[in-house]
Amino acid sequence: MSTVKLTVNGKAVSVDVEDRTLLVHLLRENLNLTGTHVGCDTSQCGACVVHVDGRAVKSCTMLAGQAAGCNVTTIEGLAKGDELHPMQAAFRDNHGLQCGYCTPGMIMSAVDIVHRHGGKLDEETVRHELEGNICRCTGYHNIVKAVLDAAGRMKVAQAAE
Amino acid sequence: MGVEGIGARVVRKEDRRFITGQGRYVDDVKMVGMSYAHFIRSPHAHAKVKGIDSAEAMKMPGVIAVLTGQQIVDDKVGNLICGWAITSKDGSPMKMGAWPAMAPETVRFVGQAVAVVIAETKNQARDAAEAVVVNYEELPAVPDIKAAIKPGAAQLHPEAPGNIVYDWHLGDEAAVKDAFSKAANVVTLDLTNNRLVPNAMEPRAAIAHYDQAEEHYTLYTTSQNPHVARLVLSAFYNIAPEHKLRVIAPDVGGGFGSKIYIYPEEMVALWASKKVGRPVKWTGDRSEAFLTDAHGRDHVSKAELAFDKDNKILGLRVKTHANFGAYMSLFSSAVPTYLYATLLSGQYVIPAIYAEVIGVYTNTTPVDAYRGAGRPEASYLIERMMETAARQLKVDPTELRKKNFITQFPYQTPVIMAYDIGDFHASIDAAMKAIDYAGFPARKAKAKADGKLRGIGISCYIEACGIAPSKAVGSLGAGVGLWESAEIRVNPVGTIEVLTGSHSHGQGHETTFCQIIAERLGVPISQVSIVHGDTDKVQFGMGTYGSRSLAVGGTAIVKAMEKVEAKAKKIAAHALEASESDIVIENGEFKVTGTDKSIALPMVALAAYTAHNLPEGMEPGLKETAFYDPTNFTFPAGAYICELEVDPGTGKTSFVNFVAADDFGRLINPMIVEGQVHGGLAQGIGQALLEGVVYDGTGQLVTASFMDYSMPRADDLPSFQLSHTTTLCPGNPLGVKGCGEAGAIGASAAVINAITDAIGNNKLEMPATPDRVWHAIHG
Amino acid sequence: MYETNYHRASSVADAAATFAKGAESKFLAGGQTLLPVMKQRLAAPTDVIDLSKVQEMIGIEVSGDTVTIKGATPHYDVAQSDAVQKAIPALANLASMIGDPAVRYRGTIGGSLANNDPAADYPAALLALGATVKTNKRSITAEDFFKGLFTTALEDGEIITAVSFPVPAKAGYAKFPNPASRFALTGVFVARTKAGDVRVAATGASQSGVMRVAPIEQALKANWAASALDSVTIPASGLLADIHGSADYRANLVKVMGQRAVTAAG
Repeated sequence: MSTVKLTVNGKAVSVDVEDRTLLVHLLRENLNLTGTHVGCDTSQCGACVVHVDGRAVKSCTMLAGQAAGCNVTTIEGLAKGDELHPMQAAFRDNHGLQCGYCTPGMIMSAVDIVHRHGGKLDEETVRHELEGNICRCTGYHNIVKAVLDAAGRMKVAQAAE
Repeated sequence: MGVEGIGARVVRKEDRRFITGQGRYVDDVKMVGMSYAHFIRSPHAHAKVKGIDSAEAMKMPGVIAVLTGQQIVDDKVGNLICGWAITSKDGSPMKMGAWPAMAPETVRFVGQAVAVVIAETKNQARDAAEAVVVNYEELPAVPDIKAAIKPGAAQLHPEAPGNIVYDWHLGDEAAVKDAFSKAANVVTLDLTNNRLVPNAMEPRAAIAHYDQAEEHYTLYTTSQNPHVARLVLSAFYNIAPEHKLRVIAPDVGGGFGSKIYIYPEEMVALWASKKVGRPVKWTGDRSEAFLTDAHGRDHVSKAELAFDKDNKILGLRVKTHANFGAYMSLFSSAVPTYLYATLLSGQYVIPAIYAEVIGVYTNTTPVDAYRGAGRPEASYLIERMMETAARQLKVDPTELRKKNFITQFPYQTPVIMAYDIGDFHASIDAAMKAIDYAGFPARKAKAKADGKLRGIGISCYIEACGIAPSKAVGSLGAGVGLWESAEIRVNPVGTIEVLTGSHSHGQGHETTFCQIIAERLGVPISQVSIVHGDTDKVQFGMGTYGSRSLAVGGTAIVKAMEKVEAKAKKIAAHALEASESDIVIENGEFKVTGTDKSIALPMVALAAYTAHNLPEGMEPGLKETAFYDPTNFTFPAGAYICELEVDPGTGKTSFVNFVAADDFGRLINPMIVEGQVHGGLAQGIGQALLEGVVYDGTGQLVTASFMDYSMPRADDLPSFQLSHTTTLCPGNPLGVKGCGEAGAIGASAAVINAITDAIGNNKLEMPATPDRVWHAIHG
Repeated sequence: MYETNYHRASSVADAAATFAKGAESKFLAGGQTLLPVMKQRLAAPTDVIDLSKVQEMIGIEVSGDTVTIKGATPHYDVAQSDAVQKAIPALANLASMIGDPAVRYRGTIGGSLANNDPAADYPAALLALGATVKTNKRSITAEDFFKGLFTTALEDGEIITAVSFPVPAKAGYAKFPNPASRFALTGVFVARTKAGDVRVAATGASQSGVMRVAPIEQALKANWAASALDSVTIPASGLLADIHGSADYRANLVKVMGQRAVTAAG
């Protein structure tokens, strides 16, 4: 057992966990942040993606201890109060989700994609960059639309800030 | 239509919780005192269980119990059932072996549970499971159809000699023989419909709680049909009588058929929760999903199609072997029979059809309905046949199809189905226009100059949705009725709750069903709530599968609404001192036609509940229930055309364009319908290009994770070009047909037809992996 | 996963010392392979020593004709590095194709090499570029480093601190991904040294792990052009065969990816 101290969605937390605990389980079991999901056991589906120090990573492939001292953002921390993040709004407006299970990881990955590529995104790039996120419902068509839409919205939001 | 009524692209009400991480799936639920289950599963495809020693495991930290298959048998928990009785050609009933929830004596597929560890934490349960010693005596295994039907093959169940569950047939054998004797041309093809793993992104999970004081169980489960689960758990598995069992299916992360069935894990969790006196949670991981979720498809067929000298079809003969795996799953028996052979007429006039289906046991995971269920297999077969025929007869594949299309409706096929309505020419014309079919030869030539092999493939599918009516399915062997129920509660302040037996696990019912109410009453959808997925809340229901929710469940809502409106009109007429027949409903108000007199819905509702001034003899309240049993299936149909390029150096396929022209009747929410088509197409394309279960010769699952089972990813798929043609379904008041499975039914043939066109070799099986395609090109 | 003891190392020396104390220690770099293996309970280290925050092991240096990538540098940083893109663009390109974006943020060059998965990308680059693996004990040439499937010259407790790559005249990498895992079904790295030598390595293809491809090297020495490989035949013997690709298919891919790598190299 170890005590892991980290910041999650802006709040400092301290959790006692077995050393084998994965970050995703710390989030789900200890902090009740159940928006981050587990969809596979081979680090491929991306349902568990969160941001650690600003980078989108698979929280099922990171020990809780590795996140000590880090700044973690989960899907629950993405909106500003009632105001949805532009990526969340774009997923809703473009019907980019059906069962919703892959959605949190998909959105967290998508935000990272836009951060890295800015306004230079096109359909092919989005499809390639979503390689690490599996969705079984949407056929990705509307997810790709949503990411491209959000890229535009995030650019506008950034310009306004 | 209003802004939120029928036909409007309303964004989904349910989305906010999902995009903010507030969805509530089974694994998100915690209960006080919860313990955790880990199953001990057979590593062998076929073996005798000689003994289970749990002494060491019981000493390990946190272990509460180790329970075995013998105990569950001793406690008289029922064996798993198959709910549709099929009769063989010779009149004998299908032959089934027993399937206990955990195997007491014999395991018949890798992953079958033999025992379960219950512990304080999930890790402790898994740690202890490794200390349980199971002594197996390995038996020879049959991993596929070919091995299972060989003389002298290892036998799975003594009840089913030769590993044959049934040898069934449909159609007129003599008429087909006669048709072939007159044929000018005969086209034959051997086809394999590859086995698939459904892989809903949320793995299955269950939480069972036994309340000793009330002698009452609660089960949270990842189910597409919680009432059916309760019925089966109660009536067949002896868990508890229905009034002592509550089944809740909260947010469910995709189903595609795999969450219809009541699996051993739910049964064991319920049984164990009483035994250990604690809530028991089981959450499957992806590896368990690969081994234990019911797989789909897995047919091997031989098909023959007879044509006259004018290229009109005379007859179709099909022989199919269907792999059921090691046990007969809940609806498995119906899939390759009444959901498959009945659709073999496709969109064509085929005067004579004869189909034989042999159901086979193998030492593999049980197989049952997966998105499309039988209809993708039928559609793939007939559409591969039509393309093959066009090539053999040297005619354009669209012309051959058009020449043979059914154009008069209703149309009675020789295989039970009576198509109510359709316009197949409209669909194919729309698809051909969308893809610029006429311009294809020029594009192919240009691609050739760039070193690419370009092909075009067509698939004209028809499916039967909303399986019905109950009386008919009952006469064919179904163990259940296939109606749906709805209850409409108009609350005293005018808000509305719709309780439906349909279950949404991605389909958007919380929005679509509200739109039906909004259309009729003119109220905003924010005023309406959809309640589903809880047997304590909803009266009853048959659940969601087979693209039935709107055509059957939606119609039940309409029927209940009609009753609500009739009563509300009486109340309004009474209040307005007008004749009931003069009352019309507009924008949430009850108006006396031709006057300015009106009363708003909340006032009508309030009047119903205060009951101070109701018409003489009227009961208080405004709440109505309807059970709706359709008169026929619905028949969505459409045409898909796929244009693609093959890289001759690697055999890799890349999409150029994929167009879909579907006829789903009336669309309630076109945005949601398009989403359903996209998802279906992805699964159909996945089957054609990527997905395929592989077992080795000993029955070990080779494709047991996403590392080896190729799931379609974003860069495997194109953006789709969709359009709709419309013939309204005459069988239900909404005119709707169902759209959930179409893509998965129609897409795979279009892809394989296109690849075989590109490479000039018709011999290619699914999945058309780069390796297979490269070999098909280069030999 | 079995219970384990997690240690975060502060320096290379600290990591080595902590490693020595554990009964069955393992170094954890990005964890993108080790953690999935531990989750499947196929590895059970008593102690895992996290190298990912060891500052002296992170970073990229280009000096003269050598690119040095420190052991715990994530793939993403290599792919994005202006210096690598300028000196050996094929190497940056290769790093941008490993796994998926989330894996590239965490996965490291040292971790990938120490694991030596026969379908990993980096080994092809090391072998074709004639790189040198630097550890806390010694320097090992790429030729000597790779010893077959999941096997390397590393001794117990030895840490890859850096890899140095000589800058070639030309280099290119082409990868055909496994449709399921997205590892290399076959990947080919071609390089022409400044002295005019040609070195070609293939990953994902051979039963004995990353390999040099002599027939392609010979053809390219004579004529550095994709068309030079048209008449080359790669023997299928000794190549991997699985559900995703037969040996003869992989043999074809070695040639076709070789051609595409040459085209990419220019």
